[in-house]
Parts: sequence; structure tokens; C-alpha cells
Amino acid sequence: MKQVSLKESEYAVKKGKIVRTKQMTKMEKLFEISLPNGEALDHEPGQFVMISIPGVGEAPISVSSSPTSKRSTFELVIRTAGMLTAALHKLDKGDVVGIRGPFGTGFPTQILEGNDLMFVAGGLGIVPLRSLINFVIDNRRDYGKVNILLGCKTPRDMLFGDEVKQWEQRLDVNFHCTVDKSDPAWKGNVGLITSLIPGVNLDSNRTFAVVVGPPIMYKFVIAELLKKKIPERQILLSLERHMKCGVGKCGHCQVGEYYCCQEGPVFTYEQIKGKHEAL
Amino acid sequence: MGKYVTLKKSDFNEFIEKLSKIKPVVAPVAKGKKSFAFAEVTTGEEVALQYIPTILPPKKYFMPQKEKILEFDKKKQDWTPILEYSEKIIFGVHTCDLAGIQSLNIVFTTKPKDINYIVRKDKLVIIGLECNNYCDEHASCAVMDNHLPNGGYDLFFTELKNSFMIHVNTQIGDEIIKRIKLFQEAKKQDFQQLDDLRAAKRKIFKDEVKVGHEGLKNLFDKSVKSKVWKDIDSRCVACGNCTNVCPTCYCFDVKDDINLDFNTGARYRVWDSCQNENFAKVAGGESFREDRGSRQLHRFMRKFSYPVEKFSRYFCTGCGRCSRTCMAQINLKETINALVKEKK
Repeated sequence: MKQVSLKESEYAVKKGKIVRTKQMTKMEKLFEISLPNGEALDHEPGQFVMISIPGVGEAPISVSSSPTSKRSTFELVIRTAGMLTAALHKLDKGDVVGIRGPFGTGFPTQILEGNDLMFVAGGLGIVPLRSLINFVIDNRRDYGKVNILLGCKTPRDMLFGDEVKQWEQRLDVNFHCTVDKSDPAWKGNVGLITSLIPGVNLDSNRTFAVVVGPPIMYKFVIAELLKKKIPERQILLSLERHMKCGVGKCGHCQVGEYYCCQEGPVFTYEQIKGKHEAL
Repeated sequence: MGKYVTLKKSDFNEFIEKLSKIKPVVAPVAKGKKSFAFAEVTTGEEVALQYIPTILPPKKYFMPQKEKILEFDKKKQDWTPILEYSEKIIFGVHTCDLAGIQSLNIVFTTKPKDINYIVRKDKLVIIGLECNNYCDEHASCAVMDNHLPNGGYDLFFTELKNSFMIHVNTQIGDEIIKRIKLFQEAKKQDFQQLDDLRAAKRKIFKDEVKVGHEGLKNLFDKSVKSKVWKDIDSRCVACGNCTNVCPTCYCFDVKDDINLDFNTGARYRVWDSCQNENFAKVAGGESFREDRGSRQLHRFMRKFSYPVEKFSRYFCTGCGRCSRTCMAQINLKETINALVKEKK
């Protein structure tokens, strides 16, 4: 077997320098990363990158920051779940990781323009959705009514607490939040995220619902959205799948004839409705 | 139609010898009873001209089981993408395996293109070999429409009575013919023999299952809730043999190996199998195919449904390897027929 080095490859990684970290909860840590020479990641909300530590491995992680916030850095929020993510949690400012991407089809920000939006984020779903929420807030005039529905397990699991407070206080955003299990200090709603949907006042024809959460959440949320008469093509979902390559080859993220890393992770409900194993 | 030459059977040994001086030649060789593998040969005597599909298909040359894609040096913060390749002539590829290579080509040349695969494939010369009869009872190449040559080779050998008829399909193939100088121009009686052989094949090779080529996709699309998968679920041992031996299974894992200096190392692509329990499991622990029946269904859908949607092509070549290798006797033809029977 002969071996040559390549200038270009789908597997070439860029050096991502960690410029800031923040422990958000016990399990989740935020990493702000810059690419060499201030190069922008140039992602769209909803896209993901492959992050790696040499010798440990590589994993897909959604970009959590909006491309409108800072050009020269981007943010990832990583929950410790396996070997790689545990190793990432040990890294700090100044450390270097490998970055490939951005990959995938993100949220269709142009199609959303002019329409009312209902964001439904369950648990870690807020991590990719924050990218779109902040994109919309930074271009607030271009969109209709904005509803944010946020759900998490307990008040302690809430991510982006400071930002969430700002969303809550904005006059151009309707914000609703619920927790599955409250604690003594919690004064808000208690219950599943589906319980927030019936109360939202919306014009179904011009509303796009954007839903991101754990796999189990989708069918229940979709059922509520359909009760609200939101058209199937206006329900956008970001699907989580196992991924190894990010470039539509390794087969792990297959959903029907789609590769989640290419045609997804964002799909319309119309696209995947009835598809075997999609929801 | 194209250029045809012949090679006397008595010249075959010399042909392989001369061929192996151009580039290393791999060909089917016998490995015990009813077992064959593509391996390096230097004379024709080593080549098994009558062989049932090799244990592994020639995909092992196109996408090696373990392939280095990147080297790293942690201290230097250096990552270098790597391409591995080797120049080879693959002799004796059956039409089912040619179809398998064509399927892999489609996958890896679809954007984003896989440069590693594309370069490696261009370093390989492919010489096909016709099956004059069925290899064994597991083949279903006729219903998959792969029992006759459909391109994908540089040269294609058909064994006639005293000679081989050879279709010269590419410039690369023609250069080999010119260089080896053992060939004669094909004569009228050679063409007649080839025609007779193909006519005889059309009588031998018939749809091997109780559904036609066109009906296969619909059969599987409608099979999602079938009891057939429950039966398979109770038998499958999730060993992944079926996907390893499949000429069109290309799923892989990406893994890092670090050297003992704990500084340098490499990233590899390694064959993976959708039959493994963790294949579709996400970080939160949810799996989209928890039981073995659903993973087998997925494997069949990746042969008979999804690639048709995506590439207008079945990814089953009819080679029969999955049935031959299965420790639990899960059989492709029986599975198809069971689905047909249930539908009725």
C-alpha cells in the first residue's frame, strides 16, 4: 500500500482554537472557537461541525451561535456523554481541537422571512435552536411574530439562562417556559413542553413551527402542532442521528433514503412524515 | 460492437505471468472447499476460473477494511490528510461483482466526492469473467439483472470451448492486449460461440424469486410491518457477516489510533455494520433500530428501496454472499419469497 498526503480531503481538519469556555451546567460546557487567521465558519443556523481530539475521536456537534453574532468565532455547547465529549470537557482556553464543516442543511432562514415563528425547544434542543433564535432576533424586522417555547427537565438544567432572561424581557418576543420537575425557587410552569402549545395564539397559515428536542419529543409536539392547523410543510424539525463522516457516506445517519448529515438535520414534517424510523 | 480478441486456453498461464509483470495481479484462488478469495497470483495455474463468489468481494481493494485517512502530530498541532492506494489488476471479476463496484462508484463519486476512493479506483484495472452457468443455489443475479455483462470493466473474458473471447472495453484494456501479444483477432466462429453461449444462458438464468425485478422495491416498501422480520429477529445473531461480505455495503466507522509515544497517530475508516447494536444509537442512548429484526429490515431496505430512491438502482447484485455466509441461515431468496407469500 502506497501513501501520499493530500492537500484537499473531506477529512481535512482545521485547527480550532478554544478562545473561551463556560461550564453551563454539570453536564454542559460551552466552547467559543476561532479558526486560523480569523476565518469565519460561515455556517447557517442549524448546521453542525465535526469536532475532534487527535487520538480520541470525532463527533458531530451543532453550532449554537448565530452567524450574525460574531464573524470570527463560533460557539458549541457540548454535553458530556462519551469518551470524546468527556475529553473535550477537560479542554480549556488556548487548547486546539480539530474542526470540519459546517455540514448539513440548516434552517431555511429565507423561507422563514416574513412569517410568524414558533420555536419549540426541548432539553438540549435549545443548543442548535439558539443559533436560529438569535439569527431571527438580530434580523427581527424581517420576521413576523416570534414565540419561543422552552422546556427542560428541572430549572437547574436550563441553558443560556442570561440570554433566556433577555428573550423573556423583549417586547418583540413571546416567551414561554416549562420544566418537567420544579424546585422550591421555580415560579413558572410545570409540565411537558406539549402543554405550552395549546395556549399559543397563532395564525396557522403564516406560522412556521421550528422544533428541536430529544427524539422522543417529536411525535407528541407534532400532534399538538397539527391540532393548531399548522401546515405540514411549515413544521421544521432537526433530527438527531449517529454520524461518523458528515459527508453522506458512512451510513450511520440514514433516515429512509436521506442522509441526515446531508439532506438534514433539518427536515420539514412533510418530507419525513410516514417515513420508516424517521420519528 | 467494440473490439473483441481471443486467447487460447493453452496461453492462459503465460497471459497471467505477463500480466503480473505489468502490475500486481489479484484473482480468485481456491481456499479450501467451496471457498475462494481474491489474492495475488503470478501464474494462471493459481487462478480458479470456476469459482463461486469469493468470501469477500473485490470491494476490499476499492475501500479497504481499514483505511488511513489522516495522520496527526499532537505536539506540532499538525493534521495531514492521507490517501492510501495500490496499483493492481483485478482479474476474474464476475458480473455480479462488477455491478457491486459500479454501485460503490456511484456512492463515492456523488458529491461531496470521496477523493480517496476516486484516486484508488483509478489505480485499479478490472478484468471481468463471465459465468457460463449458475455458481450455486444462492445466486439471484438474473432477477437483479446482473447475469450478463453491463460494463464496468477494462477487459471481459468469456470462456469458450478452446479459447477465451475477450471484450476490449477501454483504452487501458487495449494497451494490455497490445503489450502482451498473445491474442488473436476474434473470428466469425468465435462470435457464433459467444452468441450461442449467451442464448443458452438466457435459458438457464431465470428470475430466482417469486417477484420480478420491478416489483422488488414495492415488496420491501410495503414490508415494514411484516412478520417475516419477527422471524428473522428471532434468528439473527447480529454478527455483521452479511454486511461485511456484501459487495455494496459501504458503511464505515471513523476511529483514531494513537502511537505509543502518545503524540503521533492516525485516523482510520474501518468497515462498520448496521447489524451492530450501537450503529444507530445516539449520544442520549436512543437507538432507532433496537432489535435485530429492524436492523435486518434496514439492511434489506438499503439494497432494495433506499438506493432506488436515491440512485435509481438496486444495491443487491444477486451474488448470494449474505445467504452463503449467514450463521443463522437467513436467506435472501427465502426472505423475498416469504414476503411475496405473505402479501398474497
